[in-house]
Amino acid sequence: MQKIGVFVCHCGTNIAATVDVKAVVDALAKEPSVVFAADYPYMCSESGQNLIKDAIREHELTGVVICSCSPRMHEVTFRRAAASAGLNPYLVEVANIREQCSWIHKDKAEATEKAIILGRAAIAKALLNAPLIAGESPVTKRALVIGGGIAGIQTALDIAEAGFPVDIVEQKPTIGGKMAQIDKTFPTLDCSACILTPKMVECAQNENIRIFSYSEVESVSGFVGSFTVKIRKKARYVDEVKCTGCGLCTEKCPVKNVPNEFNLGFDNRRAVYIPFAQAIPKIAVIDPDRCNMLKNGKCGLCSRVCEAGAINYKQTDEIVEEHYGAIVAATGYEISDVTRYGEYAYTESKDVITSLEFERLTNAAGPTGGVLLRPSDGKHPHTIVFIQCVGSRCVLEKGKPYCSKICCMYTAKHAMLTREKYPDTEVYVFYIDVRTPGKNFDEFYRRAAEEFGVHYIKGAVGKIVPRADGTLDVQAADLIMDEQLRISADLVVLAAAIEPSKTARKLATMLTASMDTNDFFTEAHPKLRPVESPTAGIFLSGVCQGPKDIPETVSQAGACAAKVIGLLSKNKLTGNPCVAHSDELMCNGCSSCANVCPYGAITYLDKEFRMPDRTTKVRRVASVNPAVCQGCGACTVACPSGAMDLSGFSNSQIMAEVDAICR
Amino acid sequence: MQERLKARARELLGDGVVTRVLGWKKGEFSYDITPAVFESAEELERDFVFDGFCGANLSKYLIQEASKPGKGKILVFLKPCDSYSYGELLKEHRIAKENVYAVGIPCEGMADADRIRARGIDGILGIEHEGEDFLVHTLYGDERVSVKEALAERCLSCKSKRHASCDELIGEEGEDVPDDVRFTEVARLEAMTPEERFEFWRGELSRCVRCNACRNVCPACSCENCVFDNPASGISQKAAADPFEENMYHIIRAFHVAGRCTDCGECSRVCPEHIPLHLLNRKFIKDIDELYGAYRAGESEDGKNPLVSYTEGDVEPSVVNERGRA
Amino acid sequence: MQVNEEFVPTIVAFCCNWCSYAGADLSGTNRLPYPANVKIIRVPCSCRVNPTFILRAFQRGADGVIICGCHPGDCHYTTGNYYTRRRMTLLFSMLDYLGIERARTRVEWVSAAEGQKFAETMRSFVKDVTALGPNRRLEDLRCRKD
Repeated sequence: MQKIGVFVCHCGTNIAATVDVKAVVDALAKEPSVVFAADYPYMCSESGQNLIKDAIREHELTGVVICSCSPRMHEVTFRRAAASAGLNPYLVEVANIREQCSWIHKDKAEATEKAIILGRAAIAKALLNAPLIAGESPVTKRALVIGGGIAGIQTALDIAEAGFPVDIVEQKPTIGGKMAQIDKTFPTLDCSACILTPKMVECAQNENIRIFSYSEVESVSGFVGSFTVKIRKKARYVDEVKCTGCGLCTEKCPVKNVPNEFNLGFDNRRAVYIPFAQAIPKIAVIDPDRCNMLKNGKCGLCSRVCEAGAINYKQTDEIVEEHYGAIVAATGYEISDVTRYGEYAYTESKDVITSLEFERLTNAAGPTGGVLLRPSDGKHPHTIVFIQCVGSRCVLEKGKPYCSKICCMYTAKHAMLTREKYPDTEVYVFYIDVRTPGKNFDEFYRRAAEEFGVHYIKGAVGKIVPRADGTLDVQAADLIMDEQLRISADLVVLAAAIEPSKTARKLATMLTASMDTNDFFTEAHPKLRPVESPTAGIFLSGVCQGPKDIPETVSQAGACAAKVIGLLSKNKLTGNPCVAHSDELMCNGCSSCANVCPYGAITYLDKEFRMPDRTTKVRRVASVNPAVCQGCGACTVACPSGAMDLSGFSNSQIMAEVDAICR
Repeated sequence: MQERLKARARELLGDGVVTRVLGWKKGEFSYDITPAVFESAEELERDFVFDGFCGANLSKYLIQEASKPGKGKILVFLKPCDSYSYGELLKEHRIAKENVYAVGIPCEGMADADRIRARGIDGILGIEHEGEDFLVHTLYGDERVSVKEALAERCLSCKSKRHASCDELIGEEGEDVPDDVRFTEVARLEAMTPEERFEFWRGELSRCVRCNACRNVCPACSCENCVFDNPASGISQKAAADPFEENMYHIIRAFHVAGRCTDCGECSRVCPEHIPLHLLNRKFIKDIDELYGAYRAGESEDGKNPLVSYTEGDVEPSVVNERGRA
Repeated sequence: MQVNEEFVPTIVAFCCNWCSYAGADLSGTNRLPYPANVKIIRVPCSCRVNPTFILRAFQRGADGVIICGCHPGDCHYTTGNYYTRRRMTLLFSMLDYLGIERARTRVEWVSAAEGQKFAETMRSFVKDVTALGPNRRLEDLRCRKD
């Protein structure tokens, strides 16, 4: 015999003003199996919870129904209260009579009637609740960080500091990411490499950190606490252990005309190369598309000059399988393709460049040794035009609807530094808005405009026409002065929109982590769980979740590490018991359920059944791994025989709710 | 053809390749052919039949017959359309393939005894294909009926003469038959007003006596335990007590086999009330073909059925409204 | 026949926990009204909705059934709503084929941020079903209330 207790919350006047709480109590008290019904101003308060606990003990309740706010708000609270009174927490049902009743209806009679029906549906469901016990699964105390930019580096360092081993997988031959390419950082103007490279070195030296550089994630299986990841270590053709990073090979290699990615193609590297002087790991890599030895077996010079004997032309990709408890996506961003904006003549003129290219042109370790020279003729530019929001905040198909967030500030930095170093240069910035919401950001921007005399013009550049004399005819509109402008520029810098790494989508599929339409990873909750993916055990660090600058990235990376540490410090994880289960007697073993399961939670066993005639029969039946199942229920509908059901949302429970509503 | 099948069955029994043969024998009436298992050459000689009334699809019987431990392999004769049901059951792991020796046999279409009897032909003893006609042997002598006038509806809109998933073939492999008439009746119903359709189906489904013949014969309806028999499912029903339950049973049955139904037409063949149940299944097939690309259940033993797969660009359910208004 | 009594349909709305149920909560938080005859049943994912639930609702006296889930591509479980989309497209097509009024069933994608859309969707669905009148073609006479 079931004994249900019903508790109706006033939520102050939030519910009680529109719903006649007493009438709801009276009506629900008359429902079969209801042995106790009461109302209280705030059920979620301590005394409200005590009312529930006392009733559970006093009336030996077998189920509890709380008519209150959304279960998304306080289901957990009430479950805990029930558990502390000795009732299985999954015997609690919440009827949502606030968000889905009192707050949307004005007529008290109507709202009261609806609240009663919602209460009945919850009672009907509660009567079919079964006590559920959450399963436990072990935690592999090792984390994987995918991406070795500042986000990944910081997350890895913080996790390692807490004593947990971390692996970084970086697709490039070195960690460092975009921050390694940047010259100075705003608003402090400290040298980017000076603050980044010590962290890179720390990664290499930390005993808890392993770096898989020039590597990619091949596949991911498993679930929170126990992921199995295959990592493809791409062939470097250089023995990682033997290579000392002396760089002799990179000086002797006869293939000299390979565009240098690190300097965005402004200069060349060899076919065997080390991306930059402070690369971590400082190990050479042979570009298989350009190396003569690998292409046609003719050369072998690097092998001859390498004193360590590290060159190995026969090296092949290696697949490493590792186990992790948590995975961090820190895949960062790329500069979006500016060739889509024909009006800016990026493809027509070498002197139209992106901001990241500008960083390389002003970086002391860059192709010009830090002297700002025009790419076309190597002359010093006297008029520079910066164009903001190239592809950002763009509603057109080719652009990005979002704000790239970092451009206003780095442009202020570029403009200021240019004016500081080359006072004879006129600098114009065309903007839609200048966005400076950060510590010391607005002060920084105002200094650029006021102290350094940068010309900020609110307006758009309509067209750039390269002239025969090598200048650029910048045709623009000044929206404040309401006039057309023409500037003869020597250099134009485009603040191109940033976009998530192209590898992110594939990775998201492997991780079963969701993404938004712009391919940024989705967080579990935009406000309250910003560094977790909705998929348990997957965490987000840096720009892969949304545009952010370095300080924000670092703080998010730290937050992400804290979440990972929190997970790894547990010895066991308690699962969600509302998972699917299959009735072996009814299962046909047809695989329909496994075909729709997004988690691979269903496997098949050949099981022996005793038949009525005392013979035995072996049948293929489905078996759900409760630690892997996330409880979506796709399998329950795919199953034609109805063998598959979902705890907490069973077929009979949902039908009981339907019946109660339609009654 | 009957003798060829018998001879091959005898051979395979004799060689020990198989221990049993799943085929057809005469039932109470000679047009009432029933599936049967033969264990010896004598039994084959005495009872094995293959003629124009052998419409019964043998594939479903393999679920039981091929899972008998220690009983060895069973030979099964599969007409092209039956072979798709067999393929689908293999795909769903319902049949232990290693215990089956599947022999594909040609089929020129099976006769519908009711259509023949409706022409006043009684005392039927047997039937043979002869050119464009069926030669019907009766107590009162032979009668000739043109194939078109005697074929079962499902054979008039045959989908293929080509087999799936067979170990051996007797006769030449046939080809697919274009779907030019298969969906004519579905399209006719689709063109009606909702009221007309409702009346049509009420008229048909209200005759259902819930004998479960459709379910029992259907190769896709091979659940260990049907949801309609399982009290825990919340929808179990023994008899249709109300028009709703008639609808419920047939909608859910068709939905459960959607994407898996090979359109073998057995449901309509066995319905004692002559409800055109295949028109429900064919509606799903037509929709699947039109909305998600042509798909033939049972054609392959691998891959996913349309209802357990998707594409990101699938049409929205509102397409149902839009299609209606166009 | 009572002339003044307006027909108030019974509407069952299945909402996925992660998007549409949260969207419904948001329309509550924002005080965006929709008719009280809409009753929501929470399911983990729209793919949990079995066609039998929909038929059951009609049997027991529902006049309209709506299923709300995350937008395709945004499913909390990655792919659940893709299956919902196929299943419901085919089911609705079958109901239409049997002559059941099309407007009695609907699928809508409502995100957790679309409180406004949730309320509007419910208002428009109720309007459509009200226009159709009581469900007679898929009811169980034994369950008839009047």
